[in-house]
Amino acid sequence: MSTADILLWVALPYATIATFVVGTIWRYRYDKFGWTTRSSQLYERRLIRIASPLFHIGILAVLVGHVVGLVIPESWTEALGVSESLYHAMAVALGLFAGAATLVGIVLLIYRRRTVGPVFAATTRNDKTMYVFLGAAIALGLLTTLVGAGVLGEGHNYREDVSVWFRSILLFQPQPELMAEAPLSFRVHAVAGMLVFVIWPFTRLVHAFSAPLGYLFRPYVVYRDRGPHDPGSRAARPGWERIGQ
Amino acid sequence: MRVMAQVGMVMNLDKCIGCHTCSVTCKQAWTNRAGVEYVWFNNVETRPGQGYPRTYQDQAKWQGGWVLKRGKLQLRAGSRFSRLTRIFSNPVLPELSDYYEPWTYEYDTLISAPLGEHTPVARPKSLISGKPMQISWSANWDDDLGGGPELAPKDPIVMKIRDQVGDRVKMEFEQAFMFYLPRICEHCLNPSCVASCPSGAMYKRSEDGIVLVDQDACRGWRMCVTGCPYKKVYFNHRTGKAEKCTMCYPRIEVGLPTVCSETCVGRLRYIGLFLYDADRVTEAAATPDERDLYEAQLDLLLDPNDPEVVAAARRDGIAADWIEAAQRSPVYRLAKEYRVALPLHPEYRTMPMVWYIPPLSPIVDALRETGHDAEDADTLFGALSSLRIPVEYLAELFAAGDPAPVLGSLATLAAMRSYMRGRNLGGQGDPSIPESVGLTADEMYALYRLLAIAKYEDRYVIPKAHAEVGRQLEELGCALDYEGGPGQYAQPSGPFGEASGRPVPVAVENFHALKARQTAEGFVDPADTSAKVNLLNWDGRGAVPLGMPGIRRLDADADPTEGGPR
Ligand code: SF4
Ligand code: SF4
Repeated sequence: MSTADILLWVALPYATIATFVVGTIWRYRYDKFGWTTRSSQLYERRLIRIASPLFHIGILAVLVGHVVGLVIPESWTEALGVSESLYHAMAVALGLFAGAATLVGIVLLIYRRRTVGPVFAATTRNDKTMYVFLGAAIALGLLTTLVGAGVLGEGHNYREDVSVWFRSILLFQPQPELMAEAPLSFRVHAVAGMLVFVIWPFTRLVHAFSAPLGYLFRPYVVYRDRGPHDPGSRAARPGWERIGQ
Repeated sequence: MRVMAQVGMVMNLDKCIGCHTCSVTCKQAWTNRAGVEYVWFNNVETRPGQGYPRTYQDQAKWQGGWVLKRGKLQLRAGSRFSRLTRIFSNPVLPELSDYYEPWTYEYDTLISAPLGEHTPVARPKSLISGKPMQISWSANWDDDLGGGPELAPKDPIVMKIRDQVGDRVKMEFEQAFMFYLPRICEHCLNPSCVASCPSGAMYKRSEDGIVLVDQDACRGWRMCVTGCPYKKVYFNHRTGKAEKCTMCYPRIEVGLPTVCSETCVGRLRYIGLFLYDADRVTEAAATPDERDLYEAQLDLLLDPNDPEVVAAARRDGIAADWIEAAQRSPVYRLAKEYRVALPLHPEYRTMPMVWYIPPLSPIVDALRETGHDAEDADTLFGALSSLRIPVEYLAELFAAGDPAPVLGSLATLAAMRSYMRGRNLGGQGDPSIPESVGLTADEMYALYRLLAIAKYEDRYVIPKAHAEVGRQLEELGCALDYEGGPGQYAQPSGPFGEASGRPVPVAVENFHALKARQTAEGFVDPADTSAKVNLLNWDGRGAVPLGMPGIRRLDADADPTEGGPR
């Protein structure tokens, strides 16, 4: 195991987690106003109607797939009577489906960004960087699914190395040697994925944390007090403060 | 009974001359920034006409407001769950073209074009894409029935009543009718925008009922834009946040009328308090028959002179000076006592709190043109219902299609007209005229004073907000106090997107925008988004006129605490 392996599979993951957590907290405190989807639907509605749901629903499915694949040990699913080959077939089928939806979605979204004038004009450098990282992670992810399934190359059961490594990081007992031996595509995808999480707090991706589930449970109309501030839009001049009330 | 106070407004449509002063001053105060170029918190539309945004009243298309589902109130756009599933792309969000694409002109070519055979022209350029554009619509494209026979028949109200009144809706020159409808946010008692907001960022202030957007909590889901049936929540496409009419809360809090009211040359706006029963709002909004909604809404308004109401209001924490203001409230008198002011589209079930006195003029004009004495009480009363087109049209606007409340209001106005003519011509006035609409002569005279004389202090009875609760400011004080104060505003786009970082208070942003314009050296290229300015701000020039160096120095040295350059 080389130094590079230690850096990639021990240092980088922890740096990612730290940046992700601290960055998000910092961003939330510093920049609530910039925390938004900054939707461009106002400029163009036809393409986004297809592309955005395709991408978002796809990526949510991908998220669920990753959580199941990475967090749940193989022994647990086997205890439930799901054999390795059955699990694999299911994961590949769903993964390809979700991955393809996500990829088509993001390609359409990027196409729209580039070709619809007002949308392109509203695209910041930050957005462009984010698209590069996210797009790369998604494309590599799909490639990795194909590799894992044996469509490309001879197939690979990532639940025996990548997943174990992933849990070892969370348990603070890192086992970088597992990753060092994983196929190249898995390693590249893992790095790309980590980089997405590194930039996450500093891009518009933060809107994912605002998924408004609380909406389902609150009363329709929200009342709030005026709050602790003096009336009007400016402080009173010295000597002109309000008396009484 | 739970008593709450609501700042309400009444507009007397008979006096509106369609000058758009209210729109312009509101725009200068609140929406003269990039991202909201297309936004008019206050707009004045000609009726019949398509309105702004185009055909917003067609709720089958735009899905605003509430509907009754098995006796229960639900947003027309769908249940909470079904709307959340559509969060990734709102299917009924108006596009920019439904409002209009804002533009400016390439003024620079007027003076920098090389000498040539033809006079240079300033071509229009889009403020959105920076590209040359063809102007094909604006916030007021059909002003004064412009494009009449072609555009006005697409008015959703005209389409609706066409079945009932057939081809008597005349669009031909000399047979048409028209009036102006100024619109702001209704600051509804049952606001569907607030109910639509997934983040809980929109709220109704419990002290005065003003509906606001918390810019720090808004996440740009755009559901409120759909939720509001009046389309009075707008999406700032640069900051990605919702913005709406604020009822000029900083002014209301210190007892001043809103900018749109203060500057109205027709002096047709009234501001005052309503006391209402907050416990019964949902029940009233769920009244089964649409046509009963007007009465249900009136029913919510409590009589501020009733000792029981006063006691309950005190118990619910409403200060004595607020109750006293409610007792003198012009809006309560016009809406409930005289019943001349009516809510706009009560059938949307949002319980709107900006009320309208319907215009009598289309009817009076029609009478006068046919050679009648348009101020004679009998003629007028007779004409009210025989001239059915305007009445039916007004009924669709103000009473869910029920002509009775509109006729009642118009009859009172007509009676006032004839009665006062009698008095002004030296007589005592015929007491039977006020009686015919259920008023005493004194009451009629008081109504006349309120509507026709309309003294400033009678139009605006606004109690000041109580300050004992705190010290901090909502909209930060002056430009100098603000971090990154004067001179540091040049960076239009924060590190995380176009407008990230701490929000700049509107007053500060305006200060900088105006200063930038006044001190810039040359013309600004419309394509340069960092220097984008709104059309209203835009005089095509960046520099102070040559040969007047004194002015520039004055501007540069102006004390920002004094409100900035003027
Ligand atoms: S009119 Fe105003 S308060 Fe009513 S729903 Fe629309 S934005 Fe909300
Ligand atoms: S109340 Fe203020 S913000 Fe609202 S429309 Fe009038 S001027 Fe504009």
